[in-house]
Amino acid sequence: MEYTLYILLLPALSFLLLALAGMKMGHRTAGLIGTLSLAIVAVLSWWAAAEYFTMPRQADGTLAALRPYNVEWLPFTDTLHIDMGILVDPLSVLMLVVVSTVSLMVHIYSFGYMKGERGFQRYYAFLSLFTFAMLGLVVATNIFQMYVFWELVGVSSYLLIGFYYTKPEAIAASKKAFIVTRFADLGFLIGILIYGYVLGTYDFSPSEQSLMQGGLMMPAALGLMFVGGAGKSAMFPLHIWLPDAMEGPTPVSALIHAATMVVAGVYQVARLFPIYIGFAPQTLHMIVAVGAFTAFYAATVACVQTDIKRVLAFSTISQIGFMMVALGVCTSADPHEGGLGYMASMYHLFTHAMFKALLFLGAGSIIHAVHSNEMSTMGGLHKYMPVTHITFLIACLAIAGIPPFSGFFSKDEILAACFRYSDVVGWVMTVIAGMTAFYMFRLYYGIFWGKENKALHEAHRPHESPFVMTFPLLFLALVTCVAGFIPFGHFVSSDGTIYDIHIEPSVAAVSIIVAVVAILLATGMYFRERQPVAVMLQRRFPRLHEAAYRRFYMDEVWLFVTKRIIFRWVSRPLAWFDRHVIDQFFNFTAWGANATAEEIQPMQSGNIQSYTIWFFVGIIGIALFMLAF
Amino acid sequence: MNNNIFAVLSLHAELWLMMVILVVLLADLFMGSLRKCWLHPLVCVLMAAQVIINLTPDTRMLFGGMYINTPFMSIVKSVLSAGTLLVFLQSDRWLSRPDTHFKRGEFYVLTLCTLLGMFFMLTAGHFLLFYLGLELASIPMACIVALDKYRHDSAEAGAKFILSSMFSSAFLLYGLSFLYGSCGTLYMADVSGLLSDSAMAKFALALFIAGIAFKMSLVPFHLWTADVYQGAPTTVTAYLSVISKGAAAVALAGILYHVFGAYVSDWGYALSALVMLTITVGNLMALLQNDMKRFMAFSSISQAGYLLLGVMTNSPQGIASVVFYLIIYIVANIGVFSVIGALEEENGGNALQREDYRGLYRTNPRLAFFMTLCLFSLAGIPPFAGFFSKFFIFSAAAGAGWWITVFVALVNTVVSLYYYLMVVKAMYIETPDEGKSPLPAFRVGGTSRICMWLCFAGVCVLGLLSVIYEGLFHWATGFCAG
Repeated sequence: MEYTLYILLLPALSFLLLALAGMKMGHRTAGLIGTLSLAIVAVLSWWAAAEYFTMPRQADGTLAALRPYNVEWLPFTDTLHIDMGILVDPLSVLMLVVVSTVSLMVHIYSFGYMKGERGFQRYYAFLSLFTFAMLGLVVATNIFQMYVFWELVGVSSYLLIGFYYTKPEAIAASKKAFIVTRFADLGFLIGILIYGYVLGTYDFSPSEQSLMQGGLMMPAALGLMFVGGAGKSAMFPLHIWLPDAMEGPTPVSALIHAATMVVAGVYQVARLFPIYIGFAPQTLHMIVAVGAFTAFYAATVACVQTDIKRVLAFSTISQIGFMMVALGVCTSADPHEGGLGYMASMYHLFTHAMFKALLFLGAGSIIHAVHSNEMSTMGGLHKYMPVTHITFLIACLAIAGIPPFSGFFSKDEILAACFRYSDVVGWVMTVIAGMTAFYMFRLYYGIFWGKENKALHEAHRPHESPFVMTFPLLFLALVTCVAGFIPFGHFVSSDGTIYDIHIEPSVAAVSIIVAVVAILLATGMYFRERQPVAVMLQRRFPRLHEAAYRRFYMDEVWLFVTKRIIFRWVSRPLAWFDRHVIDQFFNFTAWGANATAEEIQPMQSGNIQSYTIWFFVGIIGIALFMLAF
Repeated sequence: MNNNIFAVLSLHAELWLMMVILVVLLADLFMGSLRKCWLHPLVCVLMAAQVIINLTPDTRMLFGGMYINTPFMSIVKSVLSAGTLLVFLQSDRWLSRPDTHFKRGEFYVLTLCTLLGMFFMLTAGHFLLFYLGLELASIPMACIVALDKYRHDSAEAGAKFILSSMFSSAFLLYGLSFLYGSCGTLYMADVSGLLSDSAMAKFALALFIAGIAFKMSLVPFHLWTADVYQGAPTTVTAYLSVISKGAAAVALAGILYHVFGAYVSDWGYALSALVMLTITVGNLMALLQNDMKRFMAFSSISQAGYLLLGVMTNSPQGIASVVFYLIIYIVANIGVFSVIGALEEENGGNALQREDYRGLYRTNPRLAFFMTLCLFSLAGIPPFAGFFSKFFIFSAAAGAGWWITVFVALVNTVVSLYYYLMVVKAMYIETPDEGKSPLPAFRVGGTSRICMWLCFAGVCVLGLLSVIYEGLFHWATGFCAG
């Protein structure tokens, strides 16, 4: 499967080409170069998946992990070295398919969405860079390569969020995203260093023996790595960058902040899953708490936001919480014996990537039509945008967990896994799933039905988007409709063996009932022109509403911590020290160097007789040194 | 040892070089008007062949141990030949000037004679052959320093060079006589076995080191350097600052390792003191210079200190890193000198001060950029090649336990960054004084252009090719073992 190398090389080449020569090309050419290279990458990824999953299985029922390409890049010791290579195993193939498919759709969609924008070529160059980085991350053969591409993903995300660099909000958002995730990555790096120090390798599968010797260091290392993962995957309290990141172009939000980059943390935990299960189950169960709280927190906030992209952003945070919880509730590597959550989490990652990208692209289509993110400018749009409306509805049904759409199947597996772990977690997650259905349909009615902003729509009649934009919507909607029937457990499961997905009737029944009730509630509250219940609730609990709308003041908490505590008590004294002690020291050395130079200048008299005298001095000096020591 | 007639063929590097010298000499005599355009390409092609021929390493001992060739020294000869080729490539404009073009042949022949001398220094198995090589490398050098003999500077530089060179040779020879007195032989292989802990032998070594220190222009034997570099034609200065210095450093490393290895505890401290003095004084003096060539003279003094830091580690790593440093120093320094030379020729052959570089970026952006890269490499800024070469030197020295010396050298890299950046600042930020205009825009043509491109590629790429250092290390290990 040597061709997998091209999956990585093509986006890199297309980035170089567009970055170096893009400004000399027309918009069309630049877009076509990016899109075509991505199309080839997507085809290669699908082909790789088809070839890999039809390979004959090994004796123990698993698929062999392949390394079609691997070079030793930086050797430290015999065992400890940083490699660069490509790992082909079920997990990486799954991610290849997800990343390249969504990225291709976003490339196509952007033709319409970004049409005529200034810096169109730059946009496509950054998209290629991001895709390269993300693909490199998922095929990494070792934790260090993953980290290298992880940072590259962070940089390209920074570039894309700040794409509209004349907008102050976009600049602030890009900085925030970069600083928060970078801060979290510090944990990742320390974790990697501990990992390498304890195990003597950066490989994903260290020897059993070295892991045994690791002792308590392993949970610590994995926990620190998870901090990095939590930063990228926007887990509470490091989630604050994601809602602001919506300042980037909407297709970028679909690609990076819904489907690919934000699941990097989930991917990281899944990648290290065997180590977690074997040697750090405590850390894994800690992840349950983080994931569940994040899912709940984000779902509450999503219920009251009015910016449609923010609602989707919080919904993403909440859904990633689901994936984390599913990974965390695993108690063994056997899918029949408590390892179900792993499969469920990956399954949800896959389906969520598709329907969340669909939701974001749909939101982009709406924003394209009404030129605003605010729900108040929408309402009643179903008349104007039939394709967007239907595909958006499909995605909403999927995320709410209504059969036969894909979200139902993956979420059902997650809930089943949670109930196996403990009833409390199971019920909590069921309630959050109900909240998901509620706020998604609040969003849906707010956009397509409800109170229409007639004045605005008469002044500027919304219109359906062009085919380049609706095609990705239709494609992703199709995937959302059929993905539930993929025998996912045959491809990816916690120990690599075949697992047949079966629906647990009781769990399925409960989750469907909860979802339907939540949808009906949302229908009752938001479907009509007048929304008395919603208004009443808002009046009744003004404080709660305000707090949820302001995201429970998490940004303010962070600002307090950084500005009031860190800046005032740590940074300022350090700055003083820097300016008055360190700088003065260097000023002194600079002055000293100049003064000494002027002192010794007379040695260089231009007079050859004096040169010979110094020559003598030198010889005597050397001789003294040699004889005296 | 194989004493048939074909064994002489393992002198191939020297034989080929002698042939080149003869061909150039005859061509210069008989080519007549053709030589105006054909001599230069001919020499360049022959030198390129020379580089490749040297890359056929073998181990031979000839003439009863007078001449010992090792694969490692073959590589070093190749490096020196390549450097000489770069110098020749960038010399085309200077050599086609009306007042120099008839001296072209002399320039090539004399330069190649010094190179031949360095080859013998490197592979001598006997101190007398070494001394002959040293003289062959010095006396013609005085002639090429004084090649522009009607220019006062050049003549003065030639005189200063020959006088100090004689002086240092005398001391070196004096040292050799002490060595003979204490060991009774001058065969290097025998000397190393016969060395006793006598003061006479140590004094001999001190004199020997002083003689080489003169060639490498280490402080306090460096005083001739600034005057000679400033006065000599720019091309010659380029040659003097890299090739002759590098050959002396590698020869010293070889002899210290193989012959005086037993005295390492004695000469270690002496060299360490020389390193610290050289780097520091070179840097401090460079801070004060305005004339570009004089400035580069002091810069190259401090660079020689780094070379010596590699030499004194007395280990395969150290020797490999010296050669690696040399390779990168060659491309970066010749790169800088090629720009200095080109600008000087553009300015009618007159020397330029740093102020004259102001505004160069506006008029010649590519030249200024190239110069900046070379200066960055000299200063050791990653990712340019100079960073890696300094890194290897430092890690070899730190591995041998010379922490304080390494620390002093590290602090000095900061100082050097300051004065290299002064030039960059002049080119990019400062504007010429009122009433003066920056140097006009012009295009560097001919083989100088090739030289610049080669140096550019070298500065950017050489440091990233780990295979070079690994290869050198492999050969250096063999050199030290055998």
